[in-house]
This record gives sequence, structure tokens and C-alpha cells, in this order.
Amino acid sequence: MDNRFESVQSVRDGLKDVNYLADDGIAGVVFLADRLGKPILVEGPAGTGKTQLAKSVAEMIGAKLIRLQCYEGLDESKALYEWNYKKQLLRIQADRNSDAWSDIHDDIFGSEFLLTRPLLEAITSKEPVVLLIDEVDRVEVETEALLLEILSEYQVSIPELGTITATQIPLVFLTSNNTRELSEALKRRCLFLHVDYPQMDREKEIVLTKVPGVTEMLADQIARIVRSIRQIDLKKAPSVSETIDWARTLVLLGIGTINAEQAKETLHVLLKYQSDIAKAAKELSDD
Amino acid sequence: MLDLLSGFIIELRNAGLPVSLTENLDAMHAISHIPLEDREAFKYALGATLVKNNAHWRSFETVFEVYFSLRGPEYSITDGDGEGSIDDLLQQMQEAQMKGEGNGGAGGMDSLTPEELMNILMNALMNGDQALMRALARQAVQRFAGMEPGRPVGGTYYLYRTLRNLDLDGMLDKLMEASKKEVGGELTKLEERLEKDEYNDRIEKFKQEVEAEIRRRLVADRGAEAMAKTLRKPLPEDVEFMHASRDEMQNLKKSLQPLTRKLAARLARKRRHGRKGPLDFRSTVRHSLAYGGVPAEPKFKYPRPAKPELIVIADISGSVAAFARFTLMLVYAISGQFSKVRSFVFIDGIDEVTEYFKKTEDISEAIHRINTEADVIWVDGHSDYGHAFEVFWDKYGKEINPKSTVLLLGDARNNYHASQAWVIKEIRQKARHVYWLNPEPRSYWNTGDSIVGEYGTHTDGVYECRNLRQLEAFVEKLA
Ligand SMILES: Nc1ncnc2c1ncn2[C@@H]1O[C@H](COP(=O)(O)OP(=O)(O)OP(=O)(O)O)[C@@H](O)[C@H]1O
Ligand SMILES: [Mg+2]
Repeated sequence: MDNRFESVQSVRDGLKDVNYLADDGIAGVVFLADRLGKPILVEGPAGTGKTQLAKSVAEMIGAKLIRLQCYEGLDESKALYEWNYKKQLLRIQADRNSDAWSDIHDDIFGSEFLLTRPLLEAITSKEPVVLLIDEVDRVEVETEALLLEILSEYQVSIPELGTITATQIPLVFLTSNNTRELSEALKRRCLFLHVDYPQMDREKEIVLTKVPGVTEMLADQIARIVRSIRQIDLKKAPSVSETIDWARTLVLLGIGTINAEQAKETLHVLLKYQSDIAKAAKELSDD
Repeated sequence: MLDLLSGFIIELRNAGLPVSLTENLDAMHAISHIPLEDREAFKYALGATLVKNNAHWRSFETVFEVYFSLRGPEYSITDGDGEGSIDDLLQQMQEAQMKGEGNGGAGGMDSLTPEELMNILMNALMNGDQALMRALARQAVQRFAGMEPGRPVGGTYYLYRTLRNLDLDGMLDKLMEASKKEVGGELTKLEERLEKDEYNDRIEKFKQEVEAEIRRRLVADRGAEAMAKTLRKPLPEDVEFMHASRDEMQNLKKSLQPLTRKLAARLARKRRHGRKGPLDFRSTVRHSLAYGGVPAEPKFKYPRPAKPELIVIADISGSVAAFARFTLMLVYAISGQFSKVRSFVFIDGIDEVTEYFKKTEDISEAIHRINTEADVIWVDGHSDYGHAFEVFWDKYGKEINPKSTVLLLGDARNNYHASQAWVIKEIRQKARHVYWLNPEPRSYWNTGDSIVGEYGTHTDGVYECRNLRQLEAFVEKLA
């Protein structure tokens, strides 16, 4: 199979073209995922661009994004495939007297009665696909097992139909907020990427690309203040999405350069806890 | 190259990282796709395949620096074949070093006076000139560290000698002065803070360059394996509470937040889905309507056990203080998992500190108040478990009920006072559970003045909690 990317730098550039600012680590791991045909497990604090990475990669290579949003209680029938019970029951009832059971059996386990869910859809798709398995830490450990086959063999076994193998190896992203330890088996199959809060320069670039009307100088100041605030011992440090929200707010208010007073008054956009706001306000204030 | 890589992986395992065979092979595949001279990409390729837990990244980086510090663009090492070994690298480094003396940005640096050198450094820091900072770091180490081959001295000593000669604190002041001059007046407090952050950041980067240079030279002198061994540190989850340095304690605190989030989610999940209950007949029938009366989807009842009520009683004297503080932080960070948390601290007197935590969302602040305000000294400020327990029983004993889980924290080193172990026995009769957490290694228990065994017989269990790993395991069992 052809490689999707020429070099690490080309990944970085390509992502920049679709407004995603990657660092060397991010671009490097995406590059490798393609070369090695391995999924990427992306982990890190909330709102640092994990989900966006998968979306942006899809956009960059012109692939369809298929997303499996994980939640507690997710099972095979929602992740992989499901037999359409209702249709099957109707079919059985309709033919109660005529057909032999074996005919019915063959019939109701045909692909006509199969409901395709995201994972199966991803590997049977004819067009290029990026598969995003979002917030995988929310499913129970036992449910992880469902993913293992697809992550290492890119295939799905359906007892009644046999094994369905991918026509093309999709790029796969799994994201995790690390609310529980993922199984060794899962981690072994993936490349690991920790996405942390960005360095100041990158955060400034993100603000510049994401916030219309922001000046270079304001973006610079925002990135510096956010860096400063992240150094304080807080309950919850500001995320990239909060930085973006804050920048939007400041632009809306028509602020060109931020002074301590204005910073204090808008801190609630950046920070979520009252005690954090109070602490940060104290650190930044003039007196 | 392969030799180097396998040495590297052996050292990672020695440092405690769980590297499997598959991952080892993946790493080899990965680097075959990376141009060797791209040191950063090389590092991320190894990281992505070998390190699957972010808490282990620092250990990984240290080992990486040691094993691959002699590679990189600055030495333009481009051996493409599989033969490269540490010896080759060493030689290449020495050659590069010799070439480096007389070329490029570092040209003529040897002949500078110390004042000139400091001026150049100040300029480099003002402009954030990375390349120049690196060259200066080398020059500084060469001049000031006084490194001699074969001398059995640690890297920190050389670092200290180099930095002492550079006076970086004074440098920060000078940089701030220069900034003020540039704007022609005073800076607001906010501007000053931001400016300081920036310079501190650059100075920190410069220090790292100095450290890297020292490490490179030490590796060249002693070999990677020996170096890695001296630098080996326990993983954060294995750091002993009782012997943690300030730095390690800081790191532990950092790992607290992700850990508590993880614990809280896990505990909530466990309570919800602890066990599958009996078949819920009504629900099953209701759902079967969708399938023409076939009970295609059996439904179960989930029992919802009540949240326990937690009472923490912690010795906060000397050597066990760090453990007590840390455990309290952890407990309060997941206090949502308990219907109620009350906490008491003691040395030879005992004081309730529950209010400190109620008054603020900020756990660190509450801990600070414990250190400064709690009334825990009765006679001489040496642990007296017996007296503390007795007072506790008199004042609060009647409030213990069958929903209470009681946690006792400490090394049970009672300075040969009376144990008053009967209090623990009484508590256990009234409470749901009583556990004792001891930060000392099991082999020290009941030696000297430790009487943990005497107390322990009246509890549901004494647990060794020397490090985060053990504490986490216990807490998970608790809720
Ligand atoms: N490197 C980046 N370049 C451009 N935009 C970014 C970058 N990082 C984050 N963002 C923006 O920040 C916001 C949050 O990103 P996203 O939702 O992907 O975070 P997340 O890590 O998935 O968070 P969560 O853990 O809460 O799911 C998005 O609006 C995204 O566009
Ligand atoms: Mg997300």
C-alpha cells in the first residue's frame, strides 16, 4: 500500500493547511501510524485537541471520518454490528408455515438483516476512512476486547457470516481522558501519543488561526497570560478551547491589549472554579 | 544501532518501564522509517512505541538522553548502517568536538574574557537565540565545570560549579532592568510577571543545555550503561512517601490530579455496576414487546450499595507527615465518593480539621492550615498514639456508627507510651470497617517502638502504603 505521507514535515504542513497546529511529537506519531499501519492512542488533559486531531487528519487526506463515541454500556450491537431482530422476527412470522427452518435461518442471517455500526462500517467502506474511537476510557474493560481484533487485524468476525477483512487499512485514532487504566492488550496494539497543553508559541498560532479578528499582539499576550496561569496550582488549568473562548471574548469586547483589570473581569471564561478564579485574579492584579 | 537500541531498552526495563517484546519490535520498525539524524523524530518514534503511560515519560527521557546524547545534528552523525556502537559514537563525538572548537557560532569563544562571555549570554537570553545559548552552554561547561576524566563525581556537582560561575539569578535581574529601559519606564505588575515568566523560561532552557552538555561528557567518559545506572530514579508511583525529596513530592502532587479523576470515575462505575443483580422480570417483559413478545433482551436489577462514611485519623508528626498530607489530599479529592468525610490529625494531642476542607475548594490551602493551625501538641510534640486515641474516644467515640469506615494513618511509633489499644477495639465494634495504613516497609513493623501489630489485631487489616501505587490499590478497595 502507498504511504499517505512523504515525511514528518509534510504531515505538519498538511495539518497546518487545515488549521490544525501540530508539534513535532504529534506530526511524528501520525506519520508513523501510517507507515506502520497502527492505531494511535491519544491521551491528555481535556480540551487539548485530541478529537480535533482525528477530524483534521481526515480533512487533510480527504477521507471520511467515522466516529464511534464511547460511553458506559456500549456493546457489540452499537459498536460493531447488530442483527435486525425486528425484521428477523417479522420474517419468521410471515413464513411460519411455508418455508423449512433451515431456509429461514440462512435467510435471516444474510447481510440484508445486518445493521452496520461504526467499526464495521469503517472497514467495509470503499472510500478512504479515518476511524475515530472517541473517549475509549468510558467503556468497561471487558468491552475493550471488542476492539482488539479490529485494531490489530483490521477485520471483524461475525459468527453467522464469517470474517470480514478491511479493503484498506484506515487510520485509526482512539482518544482517552485517562479516567481508567486501559488494558495492556489495547495499549500494546497502539502507538501512544500524549497531547499536553501547547508550548506558548504554538498556542499563539492556534489563537491566530482560530479566532477571526485577533491581532498578533493580542494573541501573543493571551498565550503568555495563559502560560502564566497554568503555572499556578489550580483545580483545573485552562484548556486550549478555553484559551480560544477567552480570545473570542476579548476580541468581541474590542480589547487590543489586556490590562490586569480586564484580565480579571474575563477570567471566568478561562477558569471554571470560583477558587481558581480568585487565586488567578490575586496573582495577576496590580496591588 | 541495534546494539545501542537493545541496551537502551534493557535500561528502560531496569528503570521499571514495562516494555513488552511486541513493543520492542515496534520500536525497531518505527525507527527504520525515521531519518537517523533527526533526533527529535527519533525520540518520538521510540516514545510512541515504548512508553504507554505519560507518568513514565520523564524516566524515558533521562534514559534517552544518556543513550542518544551523542547523536544529533550538532554532531552530524549519519552512520546509516547497523554497526554503530557506543564506541563509534564516542569517537565521532570526539572528532566533532575537535571540529567544533574552531568553527561556527562558537568560533573564538575560548579567547573571550568572562565579562564578554556574560554579555553574549545576556544577549542570547534577551533574543531567545537557541543556537547561541547552546554554544554558550558548551563553553560554560568547558570553562567552569572542571571536569576530569575518571573522576567519580556526580553530574550535579559539575552543574553546581558551572552555574555558580554564571550567576543566573543576577542575570534575571539584569534582564528585567533591560526590559524596563526598553519601554522607557515602569512595567505594570502584569507586564512584569509575563516578562519574568519568559526570561525564566529561557534561563531554564539554558540550564537544560548545560545539563545536557555535562551529561554528554560524562557519558563519553563513563559509558552509557554506568551513567544510566547512576541516574536511575524510581517511577513516580514507586517513590517512597517517607523519603521523597521536595522535587519528587512536587511530582507526586502533579500526578495526584489525573489519579483522582481516574479513581473517582472507577469508583463511581464500580458502585453502579458492581455486581449484576437478579433478573428484572418486569423490565424484561416490557422490552420484549419490541420483539413480538420474545424476551430477546434480558434485563437485570443493579444493586446500589450506599456510599461509606469516612473517618480519617492521621499522625502528622515528622517523618510520616508527607504521607498523611498526601493521603488526606487524595481522600478529599475523591470525597464525592463518600457520603461524608471527617478528618482528625494528631501528634500527642488530637484536633478535628474537617472544617478546613469545608471552608474552601482548595485542598492545598486546607493542608496548609493543618500545618499551621491545627492544635496537635499536648506535651512535647512527640507522637503519642495512645493519648490521641483516648481523647478521640472521649470526644467523638459516640459518633462512630455502622456506616463509618475508619482509616488510621501512621507508623505506630509510639515513643514507648501506653498504647491504649482498647480504643481501636471499641471503635471496631461500632464501625463498619477499621483499616490501618502504614508508610513504613513491612520489615520495620514492630521493631523498636513500633507497635502496629498491637493496634493491628483490632483492625480489619494493616496495609503497607509506602508509595502511590500501594495507596491507590488500597483506596480502590475501600469504596
Ligand atoms: N493544535 C490545535 N490546532 C487547532 N485547534 C486546536 C488545537 N488544539 C485544540 N484546538 C481546538 O481546541 C478545541 C478543543 O479541542 P478538542 O475538542 O479536540 O479537545 P479534546 O482534547 O478532544 O477534549 P476532550 O478531552 O474534552 O474531548 C477545538 O475547538 C479545537 O479546534
Ligand atoms: Mg474530545
